[in-house]
Amino acid sequence: MLMPAPDTNTIAQKARLAAALAELLPPESVIADPIALKAYESDGLTAYRQSPLLVTLPRTTAEVSAVLRFCAENKVKVVPRGAGTSLSGGALPLADGVVLGLGKLNKILEIDLENRCAVVQPGVQNLAISNAVATAGFYYAPDPSSQIACTIGGNVAENSGGVHCLKYGLTTNNLLGLEVVLINGEVVRFGGKHLDAGGYDLMGVMTGSEGLLGVVTEVTVRLLKRPETARALVAGFPSSEQAGAAVAAVIGAGIIPAGMEMMDRPAIHAAEDFVHADYPLDAEALLIVELDGPAVECNHLLTSVTEIVRANGATSLRVSESEAERLKIWAGRKAAFPAVGRISPDYYCMDGTIPRRRLPEVLQRMAELSKKYELRVANVFHAGDGNLHPLVLYDANKPGELERAEHFGADILRLCVEVGGVLTGEHGVGVEKRDLMPEMFTELDLDQQIRLKCAFDPDQLLNPGKVFPNLHRCAELGRMHVRGGALPHPELPRF
Amino acid sequence: MELLSPASLEEVADCVRSAIADKASLEILGASSKRGFGRPVDAAKQLTTAAMSGIVSYHPEELVLVARAGTHMDEIAAALEEKNQHLAFEPPDFGKLYPGDDAGSNRTGTIGGILATNLSGPRRFKAGAARDHFLGFNAVNGRGEIFKAGGPVVKNVTGYDLPKLLAGSFGTLAVMDEVTVKVLPRPEKTRTVLLYGLDAAAANAAMTKALTGPYDLSGAAFLPQIQAQASQCDYVGAQGSVTALRVEGSGPVVDHHCAALRRDFGGPTEELHSANSITLWREIRDLAPFFDVDTILWRISVPPAHGAGVAASIAIDLPGANFLLDWGGGLVWLSLPADGGANAEKIRRAFQRCGGHATLVRAPEAERRKVQVFEADGAKALTDEVKRSFDPERVLNPGRMHEGV
Repeated sequence: MLMPAPDTNTIAQKARLAAALAELLPPESVIADPIALKAYESDGLTAYRQSPLLVTLPRTTAEVSAVLRFCAENKVKVVPRGAGTSLSGGALPLADGVVLGLGKLNKILEIDLENRCAVVQPGVQNLAISNAVATAGFYYAPDPSSQIACTIGGNVAENSGGVHCLKYGLTTNNLLGLEVVLINGEVVRFGGKHLDAGGYDLMGVMTGSEGLLGVVTEVTVRLLKRPETARALVAGFPSSEQAGAAVAAVIGAGIIPAGMEMMDRPAIHAAEDFVHADYPLDAEALLIVELDGPAVECNHLLTSVTEIVRANGATSLRVSESEAERLKIWAGRKAAFPAVGRISPDYYCMDGTIPRRRLPEVLQRMAELSKKYELRVANVFHAGDGNLHPLVLYDANKPGELERAEHFGADILRLCVEVGGVLTGEHGVGVEKRDLMPEMFTELDLDQQIRLKCAFDPDQLLNPGKVFPNLHRCAELGRMHVRGGALPHPELPRF
Repeated sequence: MELLSPASLEEVADCVRSAIADKASLEILGASSKRGFGRPVDAAKQLTTAAMSGIVSYHPEELVLVARAGTHMDEIAAALEEKNQHLAFEPPDFGKLYPGDDAGSNRTGTIGGILATNLSGPRRFKAGAARDHFLGFNAVNGRGEIFKAGGPVVKNVTGYDLPKLLAGSFGTLAVMDEVTVKVLPRPEKTRTVLLYGLDAAAANAAMTKALTGPYDLSGAAFLPQIQAQASQCDYVGAQGSVTALRVEGSGPVVDHHCAALRRDFGGPTEELHSANSITLWREIRDLAPFFDVDTILWRISVPPAHGAGVAASIAIDLPGANFLLDWGGGLVWLSLPADGGANAEKIRRAFQRCGGHATLVRAPEAERRKVQVFEADGAKALTDEVKRSFDPERVLNPGRMHEGV
């Protein structure tokens, strides 16, 4: 993975920059010691590591603003970081860049149940929001699987999803307001406790911008009433086609379940061996459907879903009769990643989305790729919205296996795009899928996105090397003669 | 004025490039049903999406529909209805809201127009706005370049979420052709519990109680007596003001919630079933109480518990003000007599403390020229830069949202 060439001049000035930043922040909030910097060298995508030049840990919006203004004035690159759980390398540091960690902005500022919202700092953990309002019967809906660790600031940057986003939406659908610091240190606010502010939806475009447009310092999230009950159903199918048909039939019947998950045979076996969730080991595909709402609604919908699942050839079927049983059904799915971790020294988690009707074909071709690359693959699948998580199993200690796994993963994502899907459903582009962006977007598509980046960050100091495969200077992109996909600067490095 | 009617993105790109070469600008139109919404555009030519019309693909089980921007909403609604689906954000039809020259054909607006204005109906607080259902598009920017963004599936975070940015950009950033939207199953049943005779403050409090309770509402609106009496819907105008609480879903669940609402909220109540419920919410969605075209109309979005308070403070200040509350109090639709002016400062002062924003939705042209119709969110300089990044020569709908943008 090639990152932009580090600026040796910036690296040479490390001591001066550290001293100057220590004037703006408490000294303990600036980390320059190479050993201490090690802790920041990667995020959830551990295949890539790079020690940053410096780490800063501001405590307030004003301190974030001071750091950004300083970096902008000194043309120093900045990599924002939340809890460091990104699976796409969004927080991968740069050798000549300052990591801006938001972990110290970790307070819940206000809970306003009358207006069904909470105002929180970016370093608050996703689950902590739901916990804080649980006794009042509320929760924050997006639930990425890393929710005990990941923070809301990172969720905004990545537009995180979760198993319940089919019914309740992604992060972007559950935000009301943001406070953002721009690279020049200016503090701006988008939205508030109200809906649909006028003017351009800058909150919408900030969400999922992977730290390239600004640094989020405050988030107003929408709170929902927790459903009175939830029940889950687990069914085994002799083929993924039948399981896929059952999913389509549930939605076709007008039912949007709270969650609808599928696993293939290798994933079923790995999960069952690990947590003993009573999954059917003879099934080729497993479907979990969760329904929530008042008991009367759950029961009504469960009857319909049960009929549909049976009609589509389920060979086993179990419905949760208690909360403990529901959690047991989910335990296997939720443990799928670590379960796969038990049967393979390493695994590489992909995140494409496909039109669901193409699933059988995609699984078939993935099996062919598995043979070609001589690597196993297990699939877990947010079946309701077509978001596929193939886990490519490999051993980093065997020479060449990581590279093979990466090529296999890239081929899977190309396949997703080819069948009418996208490169990433919820993990973000980061560095991981950066070089695959041209598979989905033309040069003109990407240029328009980079121009928007330039509107926020004209010197491209915020998280460079992520998302976009090309280096285009803003001034060049702004000129009108750039046409027809011609590269304005063929001499600039493509990394 | 010359009206361009390109049939493809290539033709749109030609129109835009010609306009750049002529140092001219273009007013972008769909069905013209909301042309009176926003600042007046002084453009050399008009460009309509009328020739870019029709549903391109529709996969009900994938919850995705692709249509060309000029497709009329009634065509889309009919196709969805056939499969028992709908656009969950409840797009309003503002066709009857605008007078004279600004009135379009009698048909509904277009999907491009709905997305460009980011309008949504009473279900907004539960289901999201147009922005939340807008998945992808292809378009021509103000440089005459064809580009696309977003994607063809319901779950996608690849690249910046430009559909969010184009939603509500009023044609000032790009001219769209194909748009991809998320569609959802229609609820099996709809019912509405009416609470009679509350004043605005009590109604707002009741809506807050209902929305923080276990009723899973999909609509919560308050019609003062004058608006309630004008309703075409049986039972609504019967007993003074009306606070309407809507529940949707399967038969057993609407029964369950309606019974609970009538049990938990005292005073005189009534229950509207399917057809009546649909009629009432369509009136609220399309702003039937304000079809009377002589008034100035504001859309004020505030924290939901504050709607009645904001409306009351404006009413004290500005005699002749009429209002209704939607979104459980989070949306105040407020009309003023046309001869008194828009009173933008007084309107915006009313929610200074609780936060919010106001958009001038209908006013005489002269008023829309001098009043700030939209408030830029964040920093105005950022709005300018975003506009420049799509349309550096200000070819597309110049001035529609902000002077000089």
